Amino acid sequence: MKILVCMSQVPDTTTKVRFTPDGKSFDATGVQWVINPWDELSLTRALELKDDASTGVTQVTVAHVGPVGNEPTIRKALAIGADDAIRVNTESNDAFVVSSQLAEAIRQNPYDIILCGIESCDFNGSSVGGMVAEMLGYPSVSAVSSLKIENGQAILSREIDGGKEILTVPTPFVAIVQKGITKEPRIAAMRGIMVARTKPLKVMEPIATEPLTSLLQFEKPQPRAACKLIDAENPQQLIELLQNEAKVI
Amino acid sequence: MAILVFTENWEGKFKKLSYELASYAARIAEMMNLPAMALTIGNPDPDELEKLGHYGLKKILVAHGKNLGTLDNQVYASIIGDIALQVSASVLILSNNGTGKALAPRLAVRLKAGLASGVNGLPISTEPFVLRKRAYSGNAFAHVAIHTPVKILTLSQNSFELIDKQSKAEIETFQVTPDSNLMKTKVTDVQKQTGKLLLTDAEIVVSGGRGMKSPDNWGPLIELADLLGAALACSRPVSDEGWRSHEEHTGQTGKVIAPNLYFAVGISGATQHLAGVSSSKYIVAVNTDKDAPVFEAAQYGIVGDALKVLPKLVEAVREMKSK
Ligand SMILES: Cc1cc2nc3c(=O)[nH]c(=O)nc-3n(C[C@H](O)[C@H](O)[C@H](O)COP(=O)(O)OP(=O)(O)OC[C@H]3O[C@@H](n4cnc5c(N)ncnc54)[C@H](O)[C@@H]3O)c2cc1C
Ligand SMILES: Nc1ncnc2c1ncn2[C@@H]1O[C@H](COP(=O)(O)O)[C@@H](O)[C@H]1O
Repeated sequence: MKILVCMSQVPDTTTKVRFTPDGKSFDATGVQWVINPWDELSLTRALELKDDASTGVTQVTVAHVGPVGNEPTIRKALAIGADDAIRVNTESNDAFVVSSQLAEAIRQNPYDIILCGIESCDFNGSSVGGMVAEMLGYPSVSAVSSLKIENGQAILSREIDGGKEILTVPTPFVAIVQKGITKEPRIAAMRGIMVARTKPLKVMEPIATEPLTSLLQFEKPQPRAACKLIDAENPQQLIELLQNEAKVI
Repeated sequence: MAILVFTENWEGKFKKLSYELASYAARIAEMMNLPAMALTIGNPDPDELEKLGHYGLKKILVAHGKNLGTLDNQVYASIIGDIALQVSASVLILSNNGTGKALAPRLAVRLKAGLASGVNGLPISTEPFVLRKRAYSGNAFAHVAIHTPVKILTLSQNSFELIDKQSKAEIETFQVTPDSNLMKTKVTDVQKQTGKLLLTDAEIVVSGGRGMKSPDNWGPLIELADLLGAALACSRPVSDEGWRSHEEHTGQTGKVIAPNLYFAVGISGATQHLAGVSSSKYIVAVNTDKDAPVFEAAQYGIVGDALKVLPKLVEAVREMKSK
């Protein structure tokens, strides 16, 4: 069984988000780029499954659509333990374009399980997993919080309002992963970093696709009014404000 | 042509977010001079349908069929996609909840439609079609233009007001027989708490962080939530430590919520936490550290020890309720 982990690269989650003065693009000066946290968790889970011989998982590949400048992040994924990587050499913030590239890579070299994160922390598209699945005609399960393989059968749980569902799905499928899939992301050990340099990273040229959307402008949320402080000895004053000023209780 | 909105039902019932979606669809329909229609799958109660109709919908389509009880993304997307084609939907709207996020991307491919997810508010313009959406996990908004003839968007919860027009929608019920080849997922077990107020539905949320010191101190927080009819939430370390259930964790890697009122008690206000709650209308912070970043996000704050402040707050709410 082979697992493909789709990986996007995002600014470190503690980054103070800034834009260029015209508001048209993200200001990347001084920004640390990291593996999208969901993808880091997916990768960790994929490697855990591979570590357990009973699952029959023999290969974990990461796929990234992005320019050559993103290769350090791909190498990070290899250092964490992925066997090999694919990079489709194009850059787009349109989910349809990104998904078309991933779907094409998968068509050329199919996988049994494809893992995507629930969203990229930058553009919050929540799009790529479902799009790839539809393009390939594969089933998709979203909000996946657990993934096991028993006797060759994938067993997933999915978060629903107020609980979860346990379900099975035949391979190939796309799982769109969220919290719970594993506890902590794996980090690269020194040895991993050394071997990552020599692991295969295949570069594919993109297929032609037209974006269906474009990003015109960014804006920061309105700064909130200054916080009104209430004396700790007098919390009833807070209740009065919530009742009469904010009118929310 | 029409504006089509997918309004999920929960065991036959709609929720506030369904009325939000309907109000929103009706408003866009007005802007574009088209009728607003809703589609729901399953067996909604007749009076629920009537109520949904009040929010400016011309028509509600109800798709019945066998084996539609659980969400199979492929089957649901095929049903919604077919209807969208039949009514020539020019805009298709879903909620930015679990179901909407599962279906919208598949529909985008089926209908070759541009998708904007996590949209806040009405289109900035309809020609070209430009929307304002959540970006950088709540730290920014992006304006997205959709270029395709069919447009799909998922609407953030609690981002549009209800507009009850007391209108009456025509109800059309029909049978669907999904292609059995598409039905590939099989739900083998459901583990669900019933009767509990869901965090994602709650208007008021009371949330505790590591500043609560121990799970044994949650009593007054629970009491406050009960008195206010609020749901409980927590920061990630609190659920990681097992002090509270994972269900309650809010933030970038937890639930993203937008209640009217969010109490952040003993929570420092890390960006990853705020990413899940910054769309709340009002935030109240209780923290011993006057410089905690949570006070920058809050409108009301108390600098003090939560364990001392909470009992007093509970008392004050009780007094207010008794008046
Ligand atoms: C990739 C990534 C994703 C993350 N996702 C999330 C997420 O989704 N949600 C999330 O919450 N975190 C998330 N985090 C963690 C986040 O960075 C913070 O570590 C976390 O939110 C801190 O939780 P806290 O505020 O409860 O604890 P702390 O940061 O320890 O803050 C405790 C606060 O309580 C105050 N305090 C102490 N004693 C008292 C008292 N007696 N009374 C009142 N106040 C008191 C302190 O002054 C302090 O401000 C994520 C981190 C990463 C790296
Ligand atoms: N450029 C990309 N290359 C590979 N995978 C991606 C890319 N962008 C998004 N993904 C995958 O899709 C998930 C959701 O991203 P998005 O739809 O952008 O919110 C991510 O967690 C990744 O798994």
